[in-house]
Amino acid sequence: MGLLLKGGLVVDPAQNLEETRDLLIVDGRIAQLAKAGTIPGEGHEVYDCTGLVVCPGFIDLHVHLREPGQEYKETIATGGRAAAAGGFTAVACMPNTQPVNDHATVTRFILERAAAAQQVRVYPVAAISQGSEGKILAEYGELQAAGAIALSDDGRPVSNAQLMRRALEYAHTFGLLVISHAEDLELAGHGVMHEGRVSLQLGLRGIPAAAETVAVFRDCELARLTGARLHIAHVSTAGAVEVIRWAKARGAAVTAETAPHYFSLTDEAVRGFNTNAKMNPPLRTAADVVAIKQGLADGTLDCIATDHAPHSVLEKELEFDQAANGIIGLETAVGLSLQLVAEGVLTLPQLVAKLSTNPAGILGVAGGTVREGGPADVTVLNLNQPWTVDVAQFRSKSRNSPFHGWQLSGRAVMTVVGGEVVYP
Amino acid sequence: MQADDARGMIFRRKDLLGLADLSREEIQAILTTAASFKEISTRSIKKVPTLRGKTVITLFYEPSTRTRTSFEIAAKRLSADTVNLTVAASSAVKGETLIDTAKNLEAMAPDILVIRHASSGAPHLLAARLRSSVVNAGDGLHEHPTQGLLDMLTVWEAKGRLDGLKIAIVGDIAHSRVARSNIHGFRTMGSEVVVAGPQTMLPPYLADLGVRVTFSLSEAVADADVIMMLRLQLERQGQMFFSTLREYSRFFGLNPGHLKLAKPDALVMHPGPLNRGVEIAPEVADGLQSAILTQVTNGVAVRMAVLYLLSGGEVSGAAA
Ligand SMILES: [Zn+2]
Repeated sequence: MGLLLKGGLVVDPAQNLEETRDLLIVDGRIAQLAKAGTIPGEGHEVYDCTGLVVCPGFIDLHVHLREPGQEYKETIATGGRAAAAGGFTAVACMPNTQPVNDHATVTRFILERAAAAQQVRVYPVAAISQGSEGKILAEYGELQAAGAIALSDDGRPVSNAQLMRRALEYAHTFGLLVISHAEDLELAGHGVMHEGRVSLQLGLRGIPAAAETVAVFRDCELARLTGARLHIAHVSTAGAVEVIRWAKARGAAVTAETAPHYFSLTDEAVRGFNTNAKMNPPLRTAADVVAIKQGLADGTLDCIATDHAPHSVLEKELEFDQAANGIIGLETAVGLSLQLVAEGVLTLPQLVAKLSTNPAGILGVAGGTVREGGPADVTVLNLNQPWTVDVAQFRSKSRNSPFHGWQLSGRAVMTVVGGEVVYP
Repeated sequence: MQADDARGMIFRRKDLLGLADLSREEIQAILTTAASFKEISTRSIKKVPTLRGKTVITLFYEPSTRTRTSFEIAAKRLSADTVNLTVAASSAVKGETLIDTAKNLEAMAPDILVIRHASSGAPHLLAARLRSSVVNAGDGLHEHPTQGLLDMLTVWEAKGRLDGLKIAIVGDIAHSRVARSNIHGFRTMGSEVVVAGPQTMLPPYLADLGVRVTFSLSEAVADADVIMMLRLQLERQGQMFFSTLREYSRFFGLNPGHLKLAKPDALVMHPGPLNRGVEIAPEVADGLQSAILTQVTNGVAVRMAVLYLLSGGEVSGAAA
């Protein structure tokens, strides 16, 4: 017995497809993708997808699941449920856990927990350096053999340019992707928000846009020097978009992501000392938001990732400069990203590419298409469903979202991983 | 100033968190009331029963004998009961959160909580969660509204107006909550504000606050009605903000020569405590044009006015 998604608008950029189709899933695979109304429902569980959009499963290549070590904020199971509810069929989890995922045993632990949770696919990202201390390279070969799919010292950017060069070369040796949290820590200083008009008025120490832009430039040049594959995480500034565009034009193997908050909010959201508007990189200006949207539209920014960063009230109900960086994003990302389609920044197929096709390609994982024979990871969207963001309804363990109370239009209504319905 | 317009009006705010939020009328109301309270301080019995039965708690996370004492005297002259809590930064780090501390204090039902804290926005965090009125006695680099008000009162008394005056603010604007409050306050009252210092101490976007920015002390003080020197935090030396104290005082310290460039009756001000010979020459600090001690006196009057108005008192205009 299979699962038949009947009559939905199938949007699959990998096949250049945007057509009403029936999609049949059998034994965890896409068994058939046929003209609407041509696959008989007998013997199958049938979902009427008329008026809905059927996409390859969304892949979030930047989340923090907090397990092991900070299970009071999130676990692989709760983060997985949040991902499923948000329309994601796979997530790549960053290594800044306790202990840091710099060792094969930690990678294996994460994969075991993910298997036990039976939610979405979880792809562990391992550390660039041991302990993410920026000194000694981690065991990339061992980590890869254990199941790590990329490397990053996210949250603790590699300060030493020489180490970054060697990391890119060593990763390239194993065919591993390096994901850079690009930030000049010296220049960022003790900053707690974007350096601009708002930081001046609030008396909060600022992080200049240049702290990101110069670091992105350094890493793009190192990618050009080494020929290695580099992915720039959470791009937030107009300058970084410009540098990435420049590097790509010169043939660097560079890809990049941004996060929904960087095209949905500006540093104005910090007013009132709102700690749910505190993250790193910080919310930037309206001009940066325009540049981020341009970067998405022209392909400079390849994908949208959430940087889902759960924190409890213990880390957020504090003085602004004491509060932790980061917001949760898995359950709001699709709704916020659909605004880009409504605004005409992206077409629907372009958005699906940013959320599925491109991240699959960048990580080199299965999925990212609903081609016959491929794994049955599918996200079904209702583009017209209005809803109100209510953090109390979230599957995530944490509630740190600046989007509480926002009215959004459109969301994921069904998430299928390997043929199993994980949401609703 | 048109004091008559403000008379009898009730100040409708629960808290005083910053001067950026206040309208011209509100600032006028506080200054007018403060001027009337100054008379009390000249009596032999310096006390009125206005706030009898009210409780004022001062909660200081940064040591500041000067500001805390000023608030305490202000509260006592209005017959309020006062409790002073000083929390050492080290114990605050280990101990309970700010919100927990505040909730505990709230349980004792104070009417007004006066808070000084090293984190910008700390008073706002409390104000949003407490029924008591919250007065910001200085938060991080953000605001120090009662200092701004006492500075404006001092200038208003000396000049008879604030509108159209040229105010020079000199020094470490980037790290100064006093500068921010004064910029907001004086701009709202129609003064022209020019700020000066080395660029390391002048954050970007200052011009957006409606001030003129210059790196030259001489240019800033030219034709000024008021010269306000900020305290240089000596630990900034060796932190990339300037080179040596010697050089700082030569290029950004106020000396008698600068006074010749300003208006003949220009007022010299400083929020204290002074680094004599660094940001201000001793003979200028102690000179005839110095209003530094008047500022201290006016601090008590302004804080009396703030406590009184937040308690629902009517704006009075006797001294206007
Ligand atoms: Zn990061």
